[in-house]
Amino acid sequence: MISTTERKPPGGIQTEDVCRHYVMGENLIRAVDGISVQVRAGEFVALLGTSGSGKSSLLNLIAGLDRPTSGAVVVEGRNLAKLSRADLAEHRLYTVGMVFQSFNLIPNMTVIENVELPLRFAEVDRARRDSLAREALNRVGLSHRLQHRPSELSGGEQQRTALARALINRPRLLLADEPTGNLDSRTGTEIMNLIRECNDDLGMTVVMVTHERALAEQYAQRLIFLADGKLVDDQPNDRSLTGTTSQGGTGREGV
Amino acid sequence: MKAYDLAELAIRNLRESVLRNTLTTVGISVGVASLVAMLSLGIGLQQMATRRLVKSGLFDTIVVTSRRDLRNFNRDEEQNGPAPVESPALDEPSRQKIEQLTNVTEAFPDLRFITSFTYETKPHLTMVAGIPASYRTNDAFEGMQGSFFSSDMSDEAILQKTFAAELLGKTAKPGSDDVPVAELAKPLIGKELTMRYAERMPSGESPAKEGSTSEPSDAPDTTSYSIVSRERKLKIVGVTDLDPDSMRGPVRARVLLPLKLVQSLHVVQPTALRDTTQAGSKVPTYSTVTVRVKDPGKIQQVEDAVRKMGFNTFSMLDATRSLRRFFAILDLFLGIFGSLALAVASIGIVNTLVMAILERRREIGIMKAIGASDADVKKLFFAEAGVMGAFGGALGVALGWMIGRLINIGTNIYLKRQDLAPEQIWFVPWWLVGSAIVFAIVVSLVSGLYPAARAAKLEPVQALRYE
Repeated sequence: MISTTERKPPGGIQTEDVCRHYVMGENLIRAVDGISVQVRAGEFVALLGTSGSGKSSLLNLIAGLDRPTSGAVVVEGRNLAKLSRADLAEHRLYTVGMVFQSFNLIPNMTVIENVELPLRFAEVDRARRDSLAREALNRVGLSHRLQHRPSELSGGEQQRTALARALINRPRLLLADEPTGNLDSRTGTEIMNLIRECNDDLGMTVVMVTHERALAEQYAQRLIFLADGKLVDDQPNDRSLTGTTSQGGTGREGV
Repeated sequence: MKAYDLAELAIRNLRESVLRNTLTTVGISVGVASLVAMLSLGIGLQQMATRRLVKSGLFDTIVVTSRRDLRNFNRDEEQNGPAPVESPALDEPSRQKIEQLTNVTEAFPDLRFITSFTYETKPHLTMVAGIPASYRTNDAFEGMQGSFFSSDMSDEAILQKTFAAELLGKTAKPGSDDVPVAELAKPLIGKELTMRYAERMPSGESPAKEGSTSEPSDAPDTTSYSIVSRERKLKIVGVTDLDPDSMRGPVRARVLLPLKLVQSLHVVQPTALRDTTQAGSKVPTYSTVTVRVKDPGKIQQVEDAVRKMGFNTFSMLDATRSLRRFFAILDLFLGIFGSLALAVASIGIVNTLVMAILERRREIGIMKAIGASDADVKKLFFAEAGVMGAFGGALGVALGWMIGRLINIGTNIYLKRQDLAPEQIWFVPWWLVGSAIVFAIVVSLVSGLYPAARAAKLEPVQALRYE
């Protein structure tokens, strides 16, 4: 494990003994239970574990969608646990881009409207919004689907839309929660290649939650294993050992 | 988020559940419509009353009496002012002085007397009054058959309908309907009426005619006068439908003659009997002078000036004040009743928006996940409430306008059936249009407060879990 006292480079993530406990009825659920981990800027990290291991909960804490019960989540030098609601919203708007398993597009908006929505929150003017959204959609290969609604798109196209939306505000951090979970292996590979481009070409830090070890080994530089809310293993991964462009290369076996 | 983006998103969201949002908007519009209809009716009635009062001469009229006169309107003044004998007489020079005061349109004497008329050989005793030419436009003559006097000196008479009925022998039985004015006017207009009256002549002038009588001999010479019996033939030019017992100053008589004509007749006035010191004088003395003021707002000023001259005054100023208070209270109550419907509509807004939060929980979660702040979400729900309020307000004003118009049309059809003049009882001023829309928006925004706060407080991670 990387020491938490080590000086953190910009764009990095650092959790210090972070806990997220829920009370459900009479039971206390320890979704995240004292995890300390550091992710360097520009790193591609996979969070692996079975369902209920706490990997999505940890990702939500880094994304600023949730607050820790105790401990600290420091992203780019700011402890998210101490931020106001407004500052946390700003963190989600500018610092992180997020991709979900279920895409989370707004059904009554077209592709381009979904993609430019974060720019509306960022109060970017109309013309600039439009050109940025077209550019982002072009990058994910969806420039021909601008006026379609999510329901008219395939799963892969929806995830590309979501990816374009995550990238629109040029965040330094891309967080992906099972991005290929709802996709067939071929489309999954396309999406993973796009995510890897973000890491390679744009230098973005990527944290991906998956339960597919093969997928993680293929794309991530580092594998972090969680079980019952605790960190059980943290190992570097030489992704050059596996082909990144192979079709159908996303293994489906659990970890 | 920018205001334009906010409005665009709000309208888009409202379009997503068209039926529910339309029904909510219609709810608001019904509320606004009831408010607008109630208030426009209140305003219309008030304007009608004001118009009527101004036309009737009550708003701009001051009644002036002498302090010598026992029949005083203002008892306090009588007690505090100079003794009755010392106070000036209300005679022709005083009338002229009053007429020359600033803001006075005219000052005319109230000349009335009871005398006998002969129509088709039968005698009838009744009250006669002289009315000035300016009364041509008074609403007292609105329901008149025939025409107003051709000139201020013409030997013409206008009859009240009860006197007309009496002349024709058509006295209405109690409880039965009045005979229509038109029916009374037809056989009378153009006919001749003979008036017998007593002319007052100062002593020393020999009576012009046989049959004159002298004042009792115990009266001093300086104040003595003679009364000469006279006859005058008058042409009936009109019959009015006014009740002679109504509160209408100079028209409280059953036969009306041109004022100048009455003045020229020198008929014995009741004051002449009371105020013997003036009775013998050639200068006419009046019991009452009616002063008409240019602008109802100047009444107080003129009244003060006349009082300074030593006369008693009475005006409807106090009456109009309480009338205005009455309408303010009426408007308030109409407004409250109108607002009740709007209050019900605002509950509809709360319901619609709370439902929308439940339905759009996930959408709120997504927006928050991609960077929407609490304020953005709050503003969005607020904007949706505001847009519904604006549409509902505009629709409501149109609806209220139509309702008011329909009530007006209905009332006028009814008035026409009753043979009455049409009346504008409904009026929508521009300020009402504007403030009704603004009010609808404000009510909607207030209704949106709770739902918007609730939506803003949603935790993104929980909202995203919602399916």
